[in-house]
Amino acid sequence: MSEVVITDPEFSTTGRPSGRLLEVEDLHVEFRTREGIAKAINGVSFHVDAGETLAVLGESGSGKSVTAQTIMGILDQPPGFVSGGEIRFHGKDMLKMSEEGRRKIRGHGIAMVFQDALSALNPVFTVGFQIGEQFRIRKGLSRGDAKKRAIELLDQVKIPNAKQRVTEFPHQFSGGMRQRVMIAMSLALDPEVLIADEPTTALDVTVQAQIMDLLADLQRERQMGLILITHDLGVVADVADRIAVMYAGRIVEEANVHDLYARPAHPYTVGLLNSIPRIDEKGQELRTIKGLPPNLMRIPPGCPFHPRCPKAQPVCVEKVPPLRVVAPARGSACHFAEEVLRGE
Amino acid sequence: MGRYIVRRLLQLVPVFIGTTFLIYWLVWSVPGDPFAGKCGDRPCPDNYIQVMTEKFNLDQPLYVQYFTYMQNLLQGDFGETFGGRSINDLIAAAYPNTIKLAFVALAVEALIGLTAGVLTGLRRNGFLDNLVLVSTLFLIALPTFVTGFFLQYLFGVQWGIIKPTVSNPPSFTELLIPGFVLGSVSMAYVARLARTSIAENRSADYVRTAIAKGLPMRRVVGVHLLRNSLIPVITYLGTDLGALMGGAIVTEGIFGINGIGREVYRAIVTKEGATVVSIVVILVLVYLVMNLLVDMLYALLDPRIRYE
Ligand SMILES: Nc1ncnc2c1ncn2[C@@H]1O[C@H](COP(=O)(O)OP(=O)(O)OP(=O)(O)O)[C@@H](O)[C@H]1O
Ligand code: SF4
Ligand SMILES: [Mg+2]
Repeated sequence: MSEVVITDPEFSTTGRPSGRLLEVEDLHVEFRTREGIAKAINGVSFHVDAGETLAVLGESGSGKSVTAQTIMGILDQPPGFVSGGEIRFHGKDMLKMSEEGRRKIRGHGIAMVFQDALSALNPVFTVGFQIGEQFRIRKGLSRGDAKKRAIELLDQVKIPNAKQRVTEFPHQFSGGMRQRVMIAMSLALDPEVLIADEPTTALDVTVQAQIMDLLADLQRERQMGLILITHDLGVVADVADRIAVMYAGRIVEEANVHDLYARPAHPYTVGLLNSIPRIDEKGQELRTIKGLPPNLMRIPPGCPFHPRCPKAQPVCVEKVPPLRVVAPARGSACHFAEEVLRGE
Repeated sequence: MGRYIVRRLLQLVPVFIGTTFLIYWLVWSVPGDPFAGKCGDRPCPDNYIQVMTEKFNLDQPLYVQYFTYMQNLLQGDFGETFGGRSINDLIAAAYPNTIKLAFVALAVEALIGLTAGVLTGLRRNGFLDNLVLVSTLFLIALPTFVTGFFLQYLFGVQWGIIKPTVSNPPSFTELLIPGFVLGSVSMAYVARLARTSIAENRSADYVRTAIAKGLPMRRVVGVHLLRNSLIPVITYLGTDLGALMGGAIVTEGIFGINGIGREVYRAIVTKEGATVVSIVVILVLVYLVMNLLVDMLYALLDPRIRYE
């Protein structure tokens, strides 16, 4: 735990190393079920630095949550198995750590916000108990001090009347307020990386924007590395620095938000962008990507996207396109990435 | 909550009057002469019948009898047996034994049932799990009198570890085997209920959250998982305690425990109407109050439940 590998000598203004904070490399996860082996994650690589927001985008079933769970070490094992790869936190592979070593990173080094706060919060304990518990158990604070800290956190996530509300139970909060509680809880131990797995999917559109803003503010203030998982490109556009697009357990494209919006480098991303309603194209019919995501027990050979790809060629069925650098600071896993990038 | 309790207590009144009248009516209109067999082989002398009839208003219409009886009851007077013994004394002698037995049975259910349920719920499909599933099925399938006579024979006769019947009043150690017999079926249900509940909650999102917070596993299980999983189990135990307080005719009979179950059985056989009614009235009252307590316990354990 004590070895902190700093890959970049530069330090950010907060005093934290600005080097690689969290790196996922060639991660493979599969579910061994009675029906067969579902290859949920097939060689995912990405990284997030302090003070940076990475959005992970993909359709339902593309493996976003499994990736997050594997990083947190809360994957259901069995049926889940990590069959390869590394997850380095401050340069140290967490997959090789003892369970106790990993536990100490949770909450403190890497924390997580779950999608559905109603089920993710324990129904029988007050929110103050659930937030304060981390101070009591992890930091040895007294009950009273822990409660004070819980109130401070509720204040920070802008819950009105934090002092009174700290003794209430999760079901007494509205959906948006409950998600704020969830966020407050994840921030308790001042994590360096925060993973938010579809934090706004269960909420109303207006509330979604408020929660996104809150997350963005907190990330900036605390200079956290933020991994923002979503299936909705529109939600993260203003908040994220970089976007990684996932398909069938792989990253198929990675780029800065503006580059990706302006010129996608993968046919799947093109399809995703076309399926977002745009103000300037009002009245036009949305073009959705035809076909369905592959069955993870039988992922098509070659490029997994080929059955749905309008640009597919014979080579796509034979050779798996690796994720490669196709322009400065951007990667794509398509044999014809350069053409796509040029808009051909 | 306060208003809820008052309302529930008020609801008890008509239920109490209804059930007790039903019992009174059932008992006193049992076909047969209440004096049959009361005076040995010969029929009872006329003057005895006359005295008793007068004392218990047996010549009055049923509702008058019931009214007089309730009047006495509300003053804490349960009346007398035909033999002239105070029913208050009879209950005071028998009920403590029943309560002791009930708590031993409850302890057996809670300790063994819960432990087995929690361990198997956390680790399903192992050897222990199969052992518990088979043995609980066995206990559920066996009638209590079989378990009772078998254990009495084994421990009391074959091995001579316990006295086959208990002394009066019985000590707690003497009640261990009878308590086990009485609690065995519920113990099996508790084990199964706890197992299912734990296994279900084990994969709940809030457990995953607790792990993601970096809490030690024993706290995740001991605080977050148990607190939720045990809600149905504890309410089951509460309801069962209400039933146990009603006495155990079979278990008390087998081990010769002078409890309320045996008294009511004896009173029924000897057609001691006043005794039967008095005991059953008490049991109804205990059961109703226990039910109310369980509902309140439930609200206490699960904050999502609020009685208005
Ligand atoms: N516990 C599990 N057992 C078996 N398969 C699982 C399990 N958890 C996930 N999977 C499989 O892994 C694949 C990826 O799931 P994941 O939850 O990561 O998708 P996702 O990208 O988060 O989708 P969504 O947008 O719906 O949340 C799915 O096909 C799913 O069936
Ligand atoms: S590799 Fe071929 S099938 Fe895959 S995305 Fe590129 S063009 Fe389409
Ligand atoms: Mg998901």
